[in-house]
Amino acid sequence: MSELLAIVLTIITASTPLLLAAIGELVVERSGVLNLGVEGMMAIGAVCGFGAALASGSPYLGILAAMAAGAALSLLFAFLTVTLVSNQVATGLALTLLGLGLSGLIGESFVGQPGVKLERLHIPGLSDIPYLGPILFGQDLLVYAALAITAAVAYLLFRSKLGLVIRAVGDSHQSAHALGYGVIPVRYACVVFGGTCAGLAGGYLSLAYTPQWIENMTAGRGWIALALVVFGSWLPWRVALGAYLFGTVMILGFAVQTKGLGIPPQFLSSLPYLVTIVALVVISGNRALTRANTPACLGQPFVPDR
Amino acid sequence: MNKMMMATAAFALALGIGAASAAADKLKACWVYTGPIGDFGYSFQHDQGRKAVEKEFGDKVETKYLENVAEGPDAERAIERLARDGCKIIFTTSFGFMDATIKVAKKFPKVHFEHATGYKRAKNVATYNARFYEGRYVMGEIAGKMSKTGTAGYIVSFPIPEVIMGINSFMLGAQSVNPNFKIKIVWVNSWYDPGKEADAAKVLFGQGADIIVQHTDSTAPLQVAQDQGKLGFGQSSDMIKFAPKAQLTANTDNWNPYYISRVKAELDGVWKSDDTWGGMKEGMVVLSPFTNVPDDVKKMAEDSVAKIKSGELHPFTGPITKQDGSTVGEAGKSLPDEELLGMAYYVKGIDDKLPQ
Repeated sequence: MSELLAIVLTIITASTPLLLAAIGELVVERSGVLNLGVEGMMAIGAVCGFGAALASGSPYLGILAAMAAGAALSLLFAFLTVTLVSNQVATGLALTLLGLGLSGLIGESFVGQPGVKLERLHIPGLSDIPYLGPILFGQDLLVYAALAITAAVAYLLFRSKLGLVIRAVGDSHQSAHALGYGVIPVRYACVVFGGTCAGLAGGYLSLAYTPQWIENMTAGRGWIALALVVFGSWLPWRVALGAYLFGTVMILGFAVQTKGLGIPPQFLSSLPYLVTIVALVVISGNRALTRANTPACLGQPFVPDR
Repeated sequence: MNKMMMATAAFALALGIGAASAAADKLKACWVYTGPIGDFGYSFQHDQGRKAVEKEFGDKVETKYLENVAEGPDAERAIERLARDGCKIIFTTSFGFMDATIKVAKKFPKVHFEHATGYKRAKNVATYNARFYEGRYVMGEIAGKMSKTGTAGYIVSFPIPEVIMGINSFMLGAQSVNPNFKIKIVWVNSWYDPGKEADAAKVLFGQGADIIVQHTDSTAPLQVAQDQGKLGFGQSSDMIKFAPKAQLTANTDNWNPYYISRVKAELDGVWKSDDTWGGMKEGMVVLSPFTNVPDDVKKMAEDSVAKIKSGELHPFTGPITKQDGSTVGEAGKSLPDEELLGMAYYVKGIDDKLPQ
């Protein structure tokens, strides 16, 4: 395998979990809810996905379990913040701690056990084309799923009535409520969608990326996903661009290190953050557009008038 | 049960506490880990040592631990909390806990502290470490024999002497069988991030390395090796289950004998501040069985282990040529320990720049 191909393939696997988690959180925030618990939901998705795959032998059941676990944890968050109107920031942070702690507890017996790997696709003929084959037709299913979800979210948010309702709820929950749209059900649905995506992102880590379970294996990826949503100004394709840019710069950093150029590795490690933020801020330079895309009710509690 | 309590504690504090407090006449021995005990690597092995102490002394000792303690101000708080809680001997198991340990030790002169991998001692602070470089030398020899491309990929965390010593020892071992051996080094700036470690391994294999070595804690690089039909070495614990066709051996830490002897000294009232640096001879560094290697390589590795144990072979025997061409050490003599513990240069043959 040539170096370039190895780099491109590595970039794709490194970017996919970020994209999955970020695209889910984007929908959550578009509905006006800020869920800082992405890291916790990813961890719980990773451990449940790993466990289910280990028990059943099927990585696909593992994926389903990961999604269900993320969704379950986000449902708890929705209950606390949407129904009981607790502070979203504090609840989100608590969710991260809960998710990390709980995943360690659930996963205690999984430590040191090799997992079940979600294999890459192999389409005879197509996957064998030099270079393009392995890149376009030889990924695991979740790589395509992440891009498909991005496309679906982009379409639904901006080309469908449902998307309009979600954005209305996120921009002005009182108006949406006055118009007769169910703010609470919409937010519940969006939060659970976000949790499902975060769980899936976690499952990607423990089933495809590095098929194993160890505590804290998410290693901060949930936080990166959260930042991507903001710097991508809540637009799906920009968030996708950000995720892939982050992955690209990180992997190129590794590749550059061995070339003996003398660039400090600490600098290279911080480069993905710098480049991604700068790039996304530059393309989001149009302030009016950015403001228009920022959900106006983000993080604000909604209590319907009685 | 411990884990259940930890999940609860994590909810509030992101810190977990091990066993519950019990009768006062038991000796309380406590541990502070930088990673989760479920890392199947460095902290996991320390916790195996704690469990060995529990098993050895049964009712006489009560153990307690804090995991996931960040290096820095948090560490000081965590260590102080254990001292206040009545711990009589506290093992702080990461290099980054050094200053925090010394500080807390000043406040609690009656408590005995043991700091792993550091160099600052006091009347009530002992230090201990393992000569991991001994294992790395033998790994280098194996890599020199087994690599078809003559190139190993080396995934590392932070440029501290412990890590640099490991790289150099590995290289010297490899050069002893293949003078033209090359290593490609990638710093991931983390002890513990399976994803990054896997990425680094993939990139290194793409660049022509066919053996992976790591000074990070997860099994991810070995899994990549297994996946791609390449080879590699386990770190801290035996990782053969993750890479049955790829692992050549693993450089495992065995803290059990040390912890048992120190807790025994504490129980007998003869504990004193000391500096212990044990290697293969003391059983603190153990290479797991040599696998996926032909018989002659296995024999060579076993011979080297025997020679290191007997003292006949020391990986750093002078003169050692540095990268810049200058030499250190007297001919035929091993480098003194202080020289090793302050190592801040690469040996000749490593064509990479050491980050500052």
